[in-house]
Formats: sequence, C-alpha cells, structure tokens
Amino acid sequence: MKEGFRQAMAWLHTWAGLIFGWLLFAIFLTGTLSYFKDEITHWMQPEVQAHPIDDARSLAVAQAWLQQQAPTAARWFIDLPDHREPSLTVSWQAKVDPGKRGDFTQKVLDPVSGQPVQARESMGGEFFYRFHFQLQMPHPWGRWLSTISAMVMFIALITGIITHKKIFKDFFTFRPRKGQRSWLDGHNAVGVLVLPFHLMITYSSLVIFMSMVMPASIVASYGNDTRAFFNDVFPATDNAPALGQPGQLVPLGPLYDQARAQWAGGHVGRVVVNNPGDVNASVKVMRAGADRVVHDFGSTVSFNGTTGQLLRVSGDQSLPQVIGGSFYGLHMGHFAGPVLRWLYFICGLAGTAMIGTGLVMWLGKRQLKHVKSGVMPFELRLVEVLNIASMSGLMIAIAVFFWANRLLPVGFAGRSDWEVQAFFVAWGLTVLHAIFRRGRQGWVEQLSLGAVLFIGVPLLNALTTSQHLGVSLAKGDWAMAGFDLTCLGSGVFLAWAAWKMQRRNVAQPKAERAQSLVFKGEVN
Amino acid sequence: MKRKTSLPVSYRLAVTSRLLAAVVGGYLLASLASVCMALWLPTSRADAVISGMLSSFVFYLLAVIWCFACRSAWRAWVGVLLPSAVLAAFAGLAYWMART
Repeated sequence: MKEGFRQAMAWLHTWAGLIFGWLLFAIFLTGTLSYFKDEITHWMQPEVQAHPIDDARSLAVAQAWLQQQAPTAARWFIDLPDHREPSLTVSWQAKVDPGKRGDFTQKVLDPVSGQPVQARESMGGEFFYRFHFQLQMPHPWGRWLSTISAMVMFIALITGIITHKKIFKDFFTFRPRKGQRSWLDGHNAVGVLVLPFHLMITYSSLVIFMSMVMPASIVASYGNDTRAFFNDVFPATDNAPALGQPGQLVPLGPLYDQARAQWAGGHVGRVVVNNPGDVNASVKVMRAGADRVVHDFGSTVSFNGTTGQLLRVSGDQSLPQVIGGSFYGLHMGHFAGPVLRWLYFICGLAGTAMIGTGLVMWLGKRQLKHVKSGVMPFELRLVEVLNIASMSGLMIAIAVFFWANRLLPVGFAGRSDWEVQAFFVAWGLTVLHAIFRRGRQGWVEQLSLGAVLFIGVPLLNALTTSQHLGVSLAKGDWAMAGFDLTCLGSGVFLAWAAWKMQRRNVAQPKAERAQSLVFKGEVN
Repeated sequence: MKRKTSLPVSYRLAVTSRLLAAVVGGYLLASLASVCMALWLPTSRADAVISGMLSSFVFYLLAVIWCFACRSAWRAWVGVLLPSAVLAAFAGLAYWMART
C-alpha cells in the first residue's frame, strides 16, 4: 500500500471482490431471476388458471372467504391479482397479546370460484426472490449478510472505477482471444456499459434495509420509541386498537372504488383490514407498486371498517422520502413493462457476468506462476473450487430446482420443501465434484451438465404438462413460452461456454498459454 | 499490491489494523454522520432521519477508501476517529441544546 492511490484502490477492489465475489454472484443471479418472479411461478404452477381481472369480484370473494376462515384474526391482507400474477392471495395474522407478532397464514385463492387453488405446492419464483436477500438464513441474519455484501459491492464498484482510469477509452477496446486480456476487457466492458444500473442497484439495496443496518439516527432522534419514527413516516400504519366489541365489517368493494377515485384511477395493490371482527375495524387500501417508479409505502386510503367512513388519504411524500422511494422502486422494478423488464434482466445478467469475470481473472492471473510446476498452492485451489461451484454449480442447482418441480409427484407431501432441498443438494454436490475434478475439467463437466439440464427443461415441460412450446406459443402465453425459451437459450449458452473451455484446453499447450497471458501490471 | 511468497508479520498486522479501522471505524463514522444529520438538518424530524440514513453509506465508503489509501495503519485510525470525534461533539451539542 505504498504505491499510490490507484494501486491501493486496485488492491482493495481485488480483495473485496474476491472475498465477497462468490456470494455476490449468487445474490446477483437470483436477484436477476426475481425480475421474472411471477413468470417463474406461473411456469412452476401450470395448474393455476388466469382469469380476466375483475377486482370487484376478487375482493368480494376474498372477503367472504376470510370472513368464514379467519373472522377473529388480528389483520387480513388481500393481494389482488394483476396481469402478471393471476391468483388472489389472502393472508392473515393470528391475534395474540399486544406487542407480539402473531403467526401468518397464507392461502392462494382462485378469484372466480373463491376456493383455494388446487395447484402443486411450490415456492416458484418466490424462492429466488427470498434467497436473493435472505440467503436461506434465519431472520435477520440473511438480510444483514446480504446488506453487508451490498456495501462491499459498493466499495468494489467505486474502487473499480478509480482503478480503471481510462474508462471510456478502454470501453471501446476489446481484444478477443487474448486470454487474460480478453477477460479483463470483458470485465471492464460489462462493468462500464451498465454502470448506472450497477450503482443504482447497489446503493438501493443499502437503502432498502437502511433502517435495519443504520438505526443510530432513529435512536438518536426518537430515543427508544422507534415505533414513533415509523408512524411519522408511514402514518397509515398507526392503527386504532381493537375495542373488544364485535362489529360488522362493511363490504370492501365501495371502499376500493373511493380509493381509486382519490388516485385518479390508480391501481390498488393490496387491501389490509385491521381487527376485522371488531367495532374498531379499519381498512387500508394501498396503491399498487406498479403504478409509479417512486415507491410509496404510505400511499394509502384509510377507512373506518364498520361505518365505511373515509378517515385519511396519505399526503405527498417529502423530498427525502421521494429519494428513498425512488431507490426502492428502481431496485424492485415493479413499474417495468415487458421491454423494461427484459432490460432489467439483461442488466442483471451483465452484473452477474462482471462478478464472474472478475473471479476468473483473479485466479487466472495467479495461476500463471504455477503453470510450470503444475502444482497449485492450497489457496488457489480453494478459489478454483469455489469459482466452479459458485458459478456453474449454481446454474446446475437452478436447473435442478426446475427439474424437481416437474419430476416430484404433484400430490407429494412437502414437495415445495423438497424442491428447495433439491436445489441445495445439487449445489452441494457440485462443490464435491469441483473438489475431486481438476480445474478446467471441472468447469467443462459442470457447464455441460448445466447445458443438458437447461436444454432439457422445455422437453421436460412438454413431457410432463400439456403446456409445451407449441401450445404456449399458439396460445400467446408468453410467460410460459418465454420461460421455456429462456431455459433453452441458457442451455445453449452454457454449452457454448463448455465447448470454449474444452477447446482451449486441448488446443493450447500450457507454455504457450502462459505466454499469451503476460500482462502489464496496469491493474493490480 | 504484489504478494510475495512470505509477507512479514508486521505487514499482515498493519493490513488487519486497516481492515478493522475500515469496518468498525467506518461504521462508527457513518453512524455518527447520520446522527448529526438527523439532529441538525432543518427539516421535519422523520425527514432528517431518512436523509441521515440515506447518505450514511457514502460516509462509510469514504472512510473505507481512506483507510486503505492513507500511508500507514495509524493514519487510517486517526483519519476515521478524528472526524468521528468531531461529529460526536456536534451530536452532543445538539442534545445539549435540546435539553436546555
């Protein structure tokens, strides 16, 4: 760290990127998949029927069902279907002592029949979404770890920009088939090309959990009464307590209409009923996140639940709230239509690729010293194993997750958990495989397996359901067809990658490869 | 930074010290910066808190960069703790003014 500012930043970039690279790769890839969360769920639950959207009917159905099943709950949540998510989701929270959080129960209803949807049990795209920020760890550790990773990503991004001095000139420099040079050029190109996306997605992920990871200012300003802060920011969450006298809830339909009139026809995302069986019931009609870029948690119209009287319309957001809401909204991309959603997906893949190329480069550069002896020191071998398992291994695990969805019997008990277990078992096996197979051979075999699995997904879908590509394309079911085609494309890409790896292995003798990798010490 | 086959212990300790300064000291600095903004910004209480939290990560970033860019591990600590002390004094002043 004596060499100067840029060298010091390159050092920081290198090591921060390495230590968190594997985890960040998984976070980025699963996050990218989450942009198509609903579409993945649609593929994984092909039994769910889409109906023309009719919010009034959905609301009536949900209210009737909840009235019957959970009349004494502390709170109901009704999530209305939209064009991406065809099912009506109702959930409720059990009533417990004040100060404690009651258990949540969730049911997916058919918006026409009002009965629970009879579909195979599966987490669908929700699995990737949850993994993306909870990392399959108990609350709140996963959220902490993913936010810490985001901070490291932020540091790696900024130090990467500082390191990479000729940012725009180098962007137009791509030297293919030059070994290490090409990896660096590729790393820089994907990094710079979608730099605004990287900065937005990384900073916003810090903002999303900022009240969890940076609570000092809340404590300093509000003391121990942190609830008061959230009541200030989201006044709609400040609810009247239950009085303990039974009350009759008004029909929710008219409240829905009133709320939409307040928003000049904006859409409703969720309806919450507090203390539904109580005389002090209250109804919150919340605006759909897809309506605007700037997310507003508090965009709510509140009603008295027994009289139907309008209590409060949330006001405009202040500037800091708009900034925070923009970060949140941009990160989630709820507002994005099909084209923008694909752009999000591609940018996410570019971010994933940037992390992957960085990891490959770290190892490639250090392997050179050991080419002649052919013996790699333990730490390089460890990095290699983690590289293989975290990248090609994760792809295999994702494909296995989809395969498990089609192969496990539909009525199998706990099949949703088994799908998740299949994912992690497959991932674990790829670690073992990477340990026992040497370097490139490990890459080639895992990439090939991933290619076979992904290319097999559309075939498997055709064999196990009646919604194969011929049907879904003819029907215009773009979520189903898009999923199959994307899997096919991913499989072809993995096959190409495997082929490249294999060919390089055979074609280039080791010494020659080492020569082409001679490297100016510009970076690191 | 070139890694030699065996790095002296003093170097490793210095890097560890910088790392601690960056992670722990940086978090302290970021927290105190957000507290100062929460207490001093002339907006509503909730908005000041949000602004503090929103910008705290930039302070964290700057602290981390400083810890690895400065010339020695000692400077890393001084560079993080000195501004933290100033911020703490400002936060204390705000408390004291609110009290009286």
